[in-house]
Amino acid sequence: MLYRGAHGTNRRVRVVSATVRERVERLALPFSPYGVDPYGIDKRALAEYFSRSEWLYHNYFDVLVVGAEHVPASGRAMLVGNHSGGVALDGAIVIASGFFELEPPRLIHAMLDRFLASLPGVSRLLCRVGQFTGLPEHAVRLLEDDRLLLVFPEGARGTAKLASQAHTLVRFGTGFMRLAMATRSPVVPFAFLGGGEAIPTVRNLYGLGKLLGVPYVPVTRYVLPLPRPARLTLIYGEPMRFEGTGREPDDEVLEHVERVRARIARLLEQGAALRAGRLRESEIAFG
Amino acid sequence: MKVLVTGITGKLGRLVAAELLQAGHELLGIDRRPWPSAPPGVEMFQVDVRKRPAEDVFRTRRPDAVVHMATVTHLRHQSPDRFRINLHGTRAMVDYCDRYAVSQLVFVGRHTYYGAAPDSALYHAEDEPPMGLSSFPELADLVAADLYAGSALWRHPQLATCVLRLCYTLGPSGRGTLGSFLRGPRVPTVLGFDPLFHVMHEADAAAAIALALERRLHGVYNVSGPPPLPLSVVIRETGRKNTPVPEALVNLALGRFGLPRLPKGAVEHIKYPIVVDSTAFKSATGFAPAHSELDAMNEFRGASHPAYEASSR
Repeated sequence: MLYRGAHGTNRRVRVVSATVRERVERLALPFSPYGVDPYGIDKRALAEYFSRSEWLYHNYFDVLVVGAEHVPASGRAMLVGNHSGGVALDGAIVIASGFFELEPPRLIHAMLDRFLASLPGVSRLLCRVGQFTGLPEHAVRLLEDDRLLLVFPEGARGTAKLASQAHTLVRFGTGFMRLAMATRSPVVPFAFLGGGEAIPTVRNLYGLGKLLGVPYVPVTRYVLPLPRPARLTLIYGEPMRFEGTGREPDDEVLEHVERVRARIARLLEQGAALRAGRLRESEIAFG
Repeated sequence: MKVLVTGITGKLGRLVAAELLQAGHELLGIDRRPWPSAPPGVEMFQVDVRKRPAEDVFRTRRPDAVVHMATVTHLRHQSPDRFRINLHGTRAMVDYCDRYAVSQLVFVGRHTYYGAAPDSALYHAEDEPPMGLSSFPELADLVAADLYAGSALWRHPQLATCVLRLCYTLGPSGRGTLGSFLRGPRVPTVLGFDPLFHVMHEADAAAAIALALERRLHGVYNVSGPPPLPLSVVIRETGRKNTPVPEALVNLALGRFGLPRLPKGAVEHIKYPIVVDSTAFKSATGFAPAHSELDAMNEFRGASHPAYEASSR
């Protein structure tokens, strides 16, 4: 079956794998007869996007996902984790894990830096596959719609990590916690490891970025920020629930944020041990 | 009820008139343009809303309610006159309503109020401020008129004021803000951008306006029908040809090669979406669109396009 997608019927349809097609059909999204959901997510664009990431996810990178059962099979949740360097590779892998590992597959919505929406081509692709600008309005709406939201509380401070800092955590914002409390969404902490090995950034050029209209241009040892076929590890921890309205004073919210940060730090430590062969998968403590 | 409709000769005005007549209201119509084929039951006054003869209509005919639609909403039309009609016309209407004890005012505004920008949210709620003014100053008069009409809510509490923000309309008339953008066979888009467009059938829009009057709505409400669609789908389903232009060349290409002319800031409106949340209107009125987005686009496709034929001749 060909999807009658947003970009016209006479356009050549790219190869869509059978697995991807079957999984797109099982996504619980309210597609219209045009194959477009109320946010403009396009069934055909999804099939094309995940067909491309399928090969990267299964063949190019060596991806290990542990604890995917902690991501709710339905209903809202906020996936909160660390940036591990390597631009936005971590986000793309988390989104792919939601599609390829979860039963039924689920579409994870990342909250993007706002400059991406103004880049031609990137803008069109991202909104077709459900990746929107990180605005509180979007986050609340998607969570109230019982979707999965991907949040990196380190923000742009986190994507700019150099390879040497890949498994450290920088300061967390509090916005995500207030949103989780206000929308009564469980927080699923996760640790991502290996991004710094895939894209070993040694420097970020902020001046050049300014000229190009992006925050910075990452430079690797081999200059171009192209990912190498690295080993990537993603560990989901047990969901955490926080009671409240989201209007509490900062120190109260910061306490919750610290709990999440500590949980992620522990998952990161265990992930490093797992990758070094010092720990078995069955020995990981998710709580 | 005696209802005064301003801008009645326009596409939407005529449809609203038909709705209100059917509901048994007595109609007064004000428009600068003539409406020779006005149906019986409509008393026409070919005057300008800002001029004294318009006030005289209030004085002598004493309407119970006003539906104010005499605004210029095109993204193309640029003139100092437009500013005067949109803002001063709205101000005059609010004043007359107060002075001549009108009990209800419905201001018909547009969802373009919210503006289009890379960091504006999908599904605007009524409490959001207008965002696009810095990139599209030509829209300032519509935004000012919308906010001015809204201020009647606290300035004249005895007047039931309702500000509607309607999404784009399409239908058999072939007209409207989006209709005039889509009028030619080729429709320009910005290469690499395909924003969501919120479109409803023009008959549904007219029904929604009549419903707001019927329910004596008080407040500001977004009005939309079916869910939004990508601009590329709207272009395809209306039988047009999508003509993507690199952003750097957009301003050169517009108005040439059979493409419509647009002011500079309007380019943001074909790069970024304006999508509204109309849950409040739907729950206050029980409004449900009678036409799908497909009907709206198909009927627009089958319409003749007088504006385009006249200008290409």
